[in-house]
Amino acid sequence: MSAFPAEVLQAHRITPDEYQVILKELGREPSFTELGIFSVMWSEHCSYKSSRIHLKKLPTRSKLVVQGPGENAGIIDIGQGYAIAFKIESHNHPSFIEPFQGAATGVGGILRDIFTMGARPIAVLDAIRFGPLDDGTSGPRNRRIFEGVVSGIAHYGNCFGVPTVGGECAFEASYNGNPLVNVFALGVVHKDDIFYAKAAGVGNPVIYVGSRTGRDGVHGATMASAEFTEESKQKRPTVQVGDPFMEKLLLEACIEAMKTGAVVGIQDMGAAGLTCSTCEMGGRGGTGLEIELDLVPQRETGLSSYEIMLSESQERMLLVAEKGREEEVFRVFRKWGLEAATIGVVTGDNRMRVKHHGEVVADIPNPALTDAAPMYDRPHTKPMRKVPMNGPEFASRDLGADLRAILSSGDVCSKRYIWEQYDHMVRTNTTLGPGADAAIVRIKETGTSVAMTLDGNGRYCLLDPREGAKLMVAECCRNLSTVGAMPVAATNNLNFGNPERPEIMAQLVEAIEGMSEACVHFETPITGGNVSLYNETLGEAIFPTPVLGVVGLLPTQAPVSMRFKNAGRAVVLIGGIGPAEEVRFGGTQYAKQVLKALWGLPPALDMNYEKRVQAAIRQVVAEGLAESSHDLSDGGLAVALAECSFSPGNIGARMDLDSDLRPELLLFHEGPSRVLVSTANAARVQAICSAHEVAAPVIGATVSGSLTIANRGAVLIDSPVSALHHLWEGALERLLQPVNTHVRQVS
Amino acid sequence: MKVGVVVFPGSNCDHDAWYAVSHNLGQQAEFLWHDSDRVGDVDAVIVPGGFSYGDYLRCGAIAKFSPILKAVKKFAADGGLVAGFCNGFQILTESGLLPGALVRNRGLKFICKPVGLRVETTRTPFTAMAVKGQTLTIPIAHGEGCYVADDRTLDELEAEDRVVFRYAENPNGSKRDIAGICNAGRNVLGMMPHPERAADPLMGSTDGLVVLGSMVQSLAVAR
Repeated sequence: MSAFPAEVLQAHRITPDEYQVILKELGREPSFTELGIFSVMWSEHCSYKSSRIHLKKLPTRSKLVVQGPGENAGIIDIGQGYAIAFKIESHNHPSFIEPFQGAATGVGGILRDIFTMGARPIAVLDAIRFGPLDDGTSGPRNRRIFEGVVSGIAHYGNCFGVPTVGGECAFEASYNGNPLVNVFALGVVHKDDIFYAKAAGVGNPVIYVGSRTGRDGVHGATMASAEFTEESKQKRPTVQVGDPFMEKLLLEACIEAMKTGAVVGIQDMGAAGLTCSTCEMGGRGGTGLEIELDLVPQRETGLSSYEIMLSESQERMLLVAEKGREEEVFRVFRKWGLEAATIGVVTGDNRMRVKHHGEVVADIPNPALTDAAPMYDRPHTKPMRKVPMNGPEFASRDLGADLRAILSSGDVCSKRYIWEQYDHMVRTNTTLGPGADAAIVRIKETGTSVAMTLDGNGRYCLLDPREGAKLMVAECCRNLSTVGAMPVAATNNLNFGNPERPEIMAQLVEAIEGMSEACVHFETPITGGNVSLYNETLGEAIFPTPVLGVVGLLPTQAPVSMRFKNAGRAVVLIGGIGPAEEVRFGGTQYAKQVLKALWGLPPALDMNYEKRVQAAIRQVVAEGLAESSHDLSDGGLAVALAECSFSPGNIGARMDLDSDLRPELLLFHEGPSRVLVSTANAARVQAICSAHEVAAPVIGATVSGSLTIANRGAVLIDSPVSALHHLWEGALERLLQPVNTHVRQVS
Repeated sequence: MKVGVVVFPGSNCDHDAWYAVSHNLGQQAEFLWHDSDRVGDVDAVIVPGGFSYGDYLRCGAIAKFSPILKAVKKFAADGGLVAGFCNGFQILTESGLLPGALVRNRGLKFICKPVGLRVETTRTPFTAMAVKGQTLTIPIAHGEGCYVADDRTLDELEAEDRVVFRYAENPNGSKRDIAGICNAGRNVLGMMPHPERAADPLMGSTDGLVVLGSMVQSLAVAR
């Protein structure tokens, strides 16, 4: 029996068992405000209750890791006294309900996570996924969501003044009712200036700064932990509205305030707002926080304690200052025109005590909200997989037409339409921007560079979550190696369906275990991330879509790009053509775009070989031998060659391959561990590869104006570069045009 | 040369302008806070890009009332060199230092990319080092960069040789392809592209140094 009707508990997504735990932790019935606090803190979004037990399997340490999971962002040492803070986070559910603000506040949230640690954000990347833009029924809605998300990201990042330097964008029917918006941010900080979200020093003041608190976003975290139904469209008020200008002021003011030395700890108010920051800062510091809600700056009158504690109004921070030095902090915030108020005090009793009009409305031991949060070992069976092992018979009639179909697909085509809307140059650090295998920003403070990439592949993970996750890690690390960077650490965003379904839970478990194995192998510990579950609409789960962000370090500031630069250069395929078979061809872009099918298994990965290929390409780039460098991924060899050819100089290539593979597989299989370089010194490139025990056949040479691919003298593809380039470049804009071809039949 | 870089709340190209002047050009640079009512002992002022005061009302509409802009106006009236890039150009038109206005791009979308700029006149302190007709490659990054003015103003700008830059390929619908203009005194420049982003070989172009370097050269000649 509880003090609350069953419907109230259900609305708060508190199970009867969980309610019993609350009673035990408190030793009494919770107040309504306390119930709301437990509800958000124990939501999937905040507590990771379904995933925590498995996330523990991930590697989190290395010599370079300064801060692993558990803080606002992970931190890696980059040498010379500097460090980078980075993390990825999802805003999937809000972006479906209100695409523009959902995506914008996704950017805002992750930026706060970075500068909360004292780091100035210098780069953002986005992994975004939608239903197909030309879908017969959902197309118009998908296009609206797509445009809203892209302009929301642009709006927030451009105004804030952080460059959006890369990312990925893919389309799949499984995202029709559930787009994915994963935002990665990275900042740079001097190692002596890192701040943590800990409340220390009994008696120190607790200071609130930034936007006033309103009713927006009450229960956002709980919403993000539920499946979508028809009613979800009614949840618009739980999506918050972003103010990038306010965030920019917060950034400058927080960094300036931190420099005064009067700030003890600081945390942003993101999901679960004041509740989360209050109990987590106390929890981490082993202290308590007591706050009086009357002192919280409020946007409107009549807010209840429940609403104030659960509001997710954006652009707010909570900080603890040294007692007696408050004025130094206030002076900085006044300079930037920001509202700041002391709302409470650090206590020694490890409790979160909340007063409203002088009355205690919540009094909860911190560990009850964090450590004692439910952790479920949910049953998991075999991963859901509704596709056959064997695909259709196929025999291409025109390989050139197949290549054109893939190049003009949403997945493979140029994403210029998207990234031209993002300011990708502000801060003048972007040496390799959007559209590259990896983005590179220079670090002015050290004279070195940091490379970043995001990758995910829902199709591979649907076919085999464990192998798909490993391929994803390998691809990220290969992307970085391709531009010459050494992969050093990662952050993950796990986008899955309803974990209460054993076959979905199995996808999650397998993917985490695969990711863990690969991250150990490639020495890229996971320093933080995000789990987004319940990505289902009307009972249909998305493809299991883990997304990984990996960062790498480069000793120089000079980048190498994927485009061919000069005719007459040898083209070397580091890693070789590789093995391929039809059962492992069913997840490729060829299967998707040309055969409209999905079957079998993802490509085979030999992690030892992959690691040697990556070491080889890094050395080739470091020695300045690669005029261009591009890894093979979606669309295989033919697409990679085409992409290398889309150069300002219109430099194509003439290939003569020597392979037993059937042409479709030879041109379009997506086996990993392969990188294309053009070079004036093929002998040296081959010598390096040989030392790494990696195949490196010279498969042709660059030529002006055309792309020709032959196997043992038989021409498979022969096209002017310009024709392919034109198709690839304009495809996204064509897909965004409303289609009028569906003529309704009159009966 | 000592350059003052104005900082409004919401400026976000202020650090870039400072870095280009101090590190790429090897000159002195300092920040001028928005509520200061003097520019101090600087030789030139840069009004940088960004979103001054959030630009929620209309780009530059709030910035024109700031104390620092009164000081910049006086500095300009006394013949000081003032260059506004992107949001800086919008602020200079709002404040009346330059004619015309910047409105939403023709395509209604933010555009960030390098563009070709034709130097239309070298008779300014900002283009003295350039060759007339030369094409510079300098990035744009704006949502409201479409330059508009009435025909009489446009005719006047052309007659007085005050169109400083034109787009080689008009990206935003600007009247008569105008990317940058100067005032009648020729000491105030406004341009939508960002010279500070094209000041380092690593950024793919150093053509922005033509603008910044011309300012140094002109000041040296004037002394």
